[in-house]
Amino acid sequence: MEADILVVDDSAAIRKILQRVLRQTGMAIGLIHEAGDGQQALEVLRGQKVNLVLTDINMPKMDGLQLLAAMKSAPAWKEVPVVMITTEGGEAKVAEAVRLGADGYVRKPFTGDQIKEKLAAFLEPALPL
Amino acid sequence: MSLENLIVEYLQRATTEVFATMLGSELARGEASGEKTLPDPGDGVVTFIGVAGPWAGTGSISCSPAAACRVCSCLLQTEAASVDEEVLDAMAELTNMIIGGVKTDLEQHLGPLGLSIPTVVFGRNFKTKAAGGAAWTAVRFDWEGEAILVKFCLAPAERASRALPLPGQDCALEI
Repeated sequence: MEADILVVDDSAAIRKILQRVLRQTGMAIGLIHEAGDGQQALEVLRGQKVNLVLTDINMPKMDGLQLLAAMKSAPAWKEVPVVMITTEGGEAKVAEAVRLGADGYVRKPFTGDQIKEKLAAFLEPALPL
Repeated sequence: MSLENLIVEYLQRATTEVFATMLGSELARGEASGEKTLPDPGDGVVTFIGVAGPWAGTGSISCSPAAACRVCSCLLQTEAASVDEEVLDAMAELTNMIIGGVKTDLEQHLGPLGLSIPTVVFGRNFKTKAAGGAAWTAVRFDWEGEAILVKFCLAPAERASRALPLPGQDCALEI
């Protein structure tokens, strides 16, 4: 089954990079939605079924940790895996994300292989054409 | 190791790592310099990102418009012929990743630090200055003929708004 993914980052550059990297993973990926902050992400989640969320931490309006907390406290979204992708590599931030229920953590800068490895537990391989 | 030397080392490491991982470019070690030997960029693209916490300061990257376009092309794998929104966004993210990496490295020694949203300026004949007079530590990288200048200034938060002596003299931190 193809997974629909939501990419949340205030940087359009990172969203574009992740779109490309995700398409190159060889995983079964359907739609890739985008949001520029946590608030926009919640709006997307209210209107779309999403199977996985990749989110930055440092964002205006609502940051990635607030988004994570909102998702994990909502029955409709608490089972959706959330992987943090961020420059925030400090132990305190990682511990906070884990405490809030993050399902994975990737530090920027990242390689395509690191993204693929982190998402392998949540996505199925694409069927051969 | 003094704080200034530590910052130089972390700027070297973060910049070469981001260029190798995200841009697919190998950067040679840059040339470190203090503020007094820094030319004012004046023209081109300059980015800033704030660091806050028990220590406060600013990280900055400056380069020519051509280098900024090349950063965008390598990062996004698209052609960038002139400085536009996409180029400015790519420069902002480059700054976020490099200075974010330095911030994470410094947290081992200085405790938790926060990072602001980056700001990017593109123009001609401008001057930049860090308020409070904190001195910059800079590393200049040669990226196949284009200069990439990565700078960082940092001081204890209670002093960050006042004039400071040069880094290394100001900070008694020895690591």
